[in-house]
Amino acid sequence: MTDAATLYGLCGAALVGIGLYGLIVQAPLLRKILAFNLIGSGVFLLLGAIAERAAPGRGDPVPHALIITGIVVALSATALAVALLLRLAGATGRSTLSPEPPPPAPGERNGG
Amino acid sequence: MNGAWLLLDLVLVPMILAAALCAVGARAQFTGIVFYIVYGLLLALAWVRLGAENVALAEAAIGAGLTGVLLLGALARLPAAAPAEPGADGSPGTALRLAAAILCAALALGLGAAVLALPEPAPGLADVAAAHLPATGLGNPVTAVLLVWRGYDTLLEVVVLLLALLGVWSLTPDPLWGGVPGPRHRTRPEGVLVFLGRVLPPAGLLVGAHVFWAGADRPGGAFQAGTILAAVWLLAIMAGLTDAPAVRGLALRLVLVGGPAVFLGVGLAGLATAGAFLGYPPDFVKPLVVLVEAALTLSIAVTLGLLVAGAPERPPR
Amino acid sequence: MRLALDLFTVLAVSAGAFFFLAGTVGLLRFPDVLTRLHALTKADNLGLGLIVLGLLPRAEGPLAALKLLAVWLFALLAAATVAQLVARVALRRNGRSPGGSAAG
Repeated sequence: MTDAATLYGLCGAALVGIGLYGLIVQAPLLRKILAFNLIGSGVFLLLGAIAERAAPGRGDPVPHALIITGIVVALSATALAVALLLRLAGATGRSTLSPEPPPPAPGERNGG
Repeated sequence: MNGAWLLLDLVLVPMILAAALCAVGARAQFTGIVFYIVYGLLLALAWVRLGAENVALAEAAIGAGLTGVLLLGALARLPAAAPAEPGADGSPGTALRLAAAILCAALALGLGAAVLALPEPAPGLADVAAAHLPATGLGNPVTAVLLVWRGYDTLLEVVVLLLALLGVWSLTPDPLWGGVPGPRHRTRPEGVLVFLGRVLPPAGLLVGAHVFWAGADRPGGAFQAGTILAAVWLLAIMAGLTDAPAVRGLALRLVLVGGPAVFLGVGLAGLATAGAFLGYPPDFVKPLVVLVEAALTLSIAVTLGLLVAGAPERPPR
Repeated sequence: MRLALDLFTVLAVSAGAFFFLAGTVGLLRFPDVLTRLHALTKADNLGLGLIVLGLLPRAEGPLAALKLLAVWLFALLAAATVAQLVARVALRRNGRSPGGSAAG
C-alpha cells in the first residue's frame, strides 16, 4: 500500500485540509486567495493519484488533461480575485472583509 | 530501484506539506507567498513522479510562476497591512481556530480514507486513450484529450480565460476605462534587470515555440507554451523595455479572440467535414490540431499576461 | 567504457549535491544578506553545473545534451540577475546607496 499513488493521494488530502484551515482562519484576503489555491492543488493531487492508480507508471491522460484545465482556470480565478481585492483596497483602504473600518490610531479615537 | 524512488517520495511529500504549512502560517505575507512558489515547484516534482510531465510543466509555469508573480504584485500594490493583534482585523479567536483545525483535520482524514479505499486498479480511460491515439497522428495522449476527444472542455476553458479577463477589466475605475494596466515600470538603463529583459525574451520565444511544437508528440502544449511567452512579455514590461498595451486597442482584442475564434471555426467546419461539432476529418487531425494550438498559444499568452497585469491603472494614451 | 561513464556520472552528481549542501549550510549559517547570497549563488551555480555535467553522458542525443546545457545557462542567468537585485535592495535597506556613498 506504500506506492506513489497512495502517498501523493494522502499528501493531496492533507493539502486540502491545510488550505481550508488557512481559508477559514486567515483574515487578510490575499492570504485567503493563497489558501484557496492550496485547496485547489490538493484536489489536483488527489485526481493525479487516481490517474496513477488507473494506469500505474504512465498515468491516465484524461485526468491529466482535466488537471491542466483546472490549473489554468485556477489562475484566471485567482487573477479575478486579486483584481477584486485591489479594487476593494482602493475603494475602502482595507484588505480584509472585517465590517469595521480599520481601528483608529491611539489618540485619534473619538477625535470628531 | 523501487526503494530509491520510495525514498525520494518520502522526502518530497513532507517537504511539500511543510512548504504548504509555511505558506499558510508564515507571519509575513511576503514570506507566505515565497513559500507558495517553493511549494509549487516541489509539487511539479511530485507530478513528474506521478508520470504527469504535462501537468508538471503547467504547475511549474502557471501554478508556481504566474500565480506567484500575481500574488507578489498584488501584495506590492496593497496598502501596507495594518499590523494586527488577533481579533482586531476580523481574524478569529482561539476557540474558532480550534474548531476550524478539527474540521479541517476531519476533512483531510476523510479524504485520506477515501484514497486508501480506492479500488486497485482504479477504473480509467488510459487503455481506451492509448488504443485510439494512433488514429489522431499525435504522440502526446494529453494533447489528444485536450484538443480531440475533450475539445468542448478546452474550447470552454479558453472562453473562461477571456471571461476572467473581461471580469478583471470591468473593475477599472470609470475615468481609466480602456487604459493601460499596471504602473509604468522605470528601471536604470544600465541595470541588470534591463539586461535580463533584453537577453531572455528571444530565448523565451524559442523555448515557447519549442514547447508548443513538441506538445503534439511529447510533454508540452499550448497552455505551457503560452505561459512561457506571457512570462517573457511580463519580464520585458517589468524591465521597462516596453509598456503594457492599452486595453482598448483593436489589434489587442483581435489577438485575444483569435485563438478561440480559430478553434470555433475549425470546430464548426467539423460539422461539414467530419459530421460532428469539433470533429476533425480523419486524414487531417494532426495538422488541424497544430493549427488550433498555434492560434491558441498566442491568445493564451496575451490573455495570461494581461490577467497578471490586472485592471487598467492609467488613462488610455 | 560504460563503467567509466557511470563512475563519472556518480562522481559529478555527488560533487554537485555536495555544493548544494554547502550552499544551503551557508544560507542558514552566514550572518547577513550579502554573504548568504554569495553562498547560495556560488554553490548553486557550481552544483547545478556539476550535476548537468554528470548527466551529459546519459543524454539521449546531442539535442538532449544541448537542452541540459540550456537549463544550466538559464539557471545561471536567473541566479546572477536575482542575486544582483536582492543585493541592491539589501544595500539600500542598510542606508548605503549602491554606488557606495553613504546616504544617511
